[in-house]
Amino acid sequence: MTAPVLLSVEDVAVDLPTPRGNLRAVDHVDLEVAAGRTLGIVGESGCGKTMLSRAILQLLPKRAKLAGRVLFDGQDLLRLGSSALRKLRARSLAVVFQDPMTSLNPVLTIGTQLIETLMEHLVIDLAAARARSIALLAEVGIPAPEQRLMQYPHELSGGMRQRVALAIALSCEPKLLIADEPTTALDVTIQAQILDLLAREQRRRHMAMILITHDLGIVAGRTDEVAVMYAGRVVERAPTQALFKSMRMPYTQALLAAIPKLDAPPHAPLPAISGRPPDPTRPLEGCSFSPRCRYAAARCQREKPVLREAEEAEHHYACFNPLKITAGLSA
Amino acid sequence: MMHGVAQALPRDPLLKVENLVVEYAVGAKTIHAVSDVSLEIARGETLGLVGESGCGKSTLGRAILQLRPADSGRVVFDGCELTALRGEALRKMRRRIQLIFQDPIASLNPRRQIGDIVAEPLAIAGHRDDKKRQALVEEMLGAVGLDPAIVTGRLPHEFSGGQCQRISIARALVLNPEFIVCDEPVSALDVSIRAQILNLLEEMKARFGLTLLFIAHDLAVVKAVSDRVAVMYLGRFCEVGPSEQLFANPAHPYTALLIEAIPVPDPDVRPAERVRVGEPPSPIAPPSGCRFRTRCVRADKRCSEEVPELREIAPNRHVACHHPLM
Repeated sequence: MTAPVLLSVEDVAVDLPTPRGNLRAVDHVDLEVAAGRTLGIVGESGCGKTMLSRAILQLLPKRAKLAGRVLFDGQDLLRLGSSALRKLRARSLAVVFQDPMTSLNPVLTIGTQLIETLMEHLVIDLAAARARSIALLAEVGIPAPEQRLMQYPHELSGGMRQRVALAIALSCEPKLLIADEPTTALDVTIQAQILDLLAREQRRRHMAMILITHDLGIVAGRTDEVAVMYAGRVVERAPTQALFKSMRMPYTQALLAAIPKLDAPPHAPLPAISGRPPDPTRPLEGCSFSPRCRYAAARCQREKPVLREAEEAEHHYACFNPLKITAGLSA
Repeated sequence: MMHGVAQALPRDPLLKVENLVVEYAVGAKTIHAVSDVSLEIARGETLGLVGESGCGKSTLGRAILQLRPADSGRVVFDGCELTALRGEALRKMRRRIQLIFQDPIASLNPRRQIGDIVAEPLAIAGHRDDKKRQALVEEMLGAVGLDPAIVTGRLPHEFSGGQCQRISIARALVLNPEFIVCDEPVSALDVSIRAQILNLLEEMKARFGLTLLFIAHDLAVVKAVSDRVAVMYLGRFCEVGPSEQLFANPAHPYTALLIEAIPVPDPDVRPAERVRVGEPPSPIAPPSGCRFRTRCVRADKRCSEEVPELREIAPNRHVACHHPLM
């Protein structure tokens, strides 16, 4: 862990006013990503993982209230003006969303979108931008890249569209790529290819990455560190190996257990997590997971556990009744 | 000719599909969605149907329900040929067959109350007795784990995806069907909710004695609920077999590829840098011979010339491949 810190999220909270009252989407989160490293953020829908990424990108809805600090590459993003932010997002802080159709313009050709991005942000002429676009498309594994330049997003498959979105994101050599559920809409075979591609490009460019997903299976072999989010908070954070070897949060364990296992016999009941996450406009007094937790005690209902460092360095969890260290994968 | 029969356990098939062909016309071109598929599903069995987007698995499900007319071939349900039925006779048979969709929120009418949504199949089927109808609706909502007193008067947007899928399941069960086509019922749900819904489907299957066709693109999900699995690629079956055997020992290279692509939640299992496997070609112009050959590492000249027939290579194991892995 000698790499310098590239991104640091300090005590970030995001509040959204709703007709039902204030919704705390992100509840005082601290995170760090070092240059060239990968952080996985895992959690269910509504846990705040996407709002956190939008807070980092400064792309929150207008009505959202943001508190805390986001330091990226030495700059406090909350203090940057909109033009400086735009420049930063284009050049060094890139993003790929779940549905590439939301980031690609449906009425412009792939070529126009790539070439425009390059010409706006780099000092480059049309011919050079065109050549670079073709090279980028080839790098992300798109066959016949020259012909693709003339095609529109709807003419491509979902996997190909995600490759194009990635080519655009990578076009200005970003220092950090935020991939928000980049493969959730794709088939397993295409998912594996896109994840391989992300890993390859990351290594090649020595780029840092935040991989946001609801699937622990995706982060297992592809991240250096994992943060598990529940109801707006980070509830466990650890180096990936340590997290899977000795998970401490009952929620992390339950999330892992709920994934169907290929080596389980058919018709074996799945260990589902009963109930569902709490209403984010009605925050609980105690631990947000306590109503669904089989280890919950009286204290868990009264008091909110804070994220603290475990006996092992760099392993943080927010739980009064953590699992024994021998738990985790074998449990 | 009757080739490619996905042979059921040799007892009492509830559903038989014979040489089914479904094609869509797109301008002057034709999409070969389902090309000569045959299968049997035994009473009480769950057949899993897996494949990538566009492989024709949903079209096959819809053609079985007669929601999409077949271009040729037969669908026989409990001895009755559905493909020959029209009008009222077909409507009567359809009560015994139901469908659960992928997107639980979009498949519920946003302006109608939950109680009415679940009661609608009863109304269409001609249940006139309001009290009886309401009692049935309440029983079904309770069976899927919802409190009828709380949910009946509410609208779909007040519920989460998992709860909406429970409502869809209640609606599918209210006519007491025998056979349900589940078309990607958990693909839109989170891992934790997915496990709840899969468990619920298993519970309902046991309680109401259902037979299921379970369509999904996620092999691990399919394995969790299926007795047998059929793997589909570009409109044809690659492999059919008992799910445990098929996963332990895939015979078709495509099945092996699908299994390899599943992300494993164990950091010690490093995802291998895969052979470039590409994407499925267009179903408008499927490759000659074996349709999978353009992505297959074992493909040779024969694969481009000769369509591999689905044949039995071990008891109950059927594979359509010239160079199977076993």
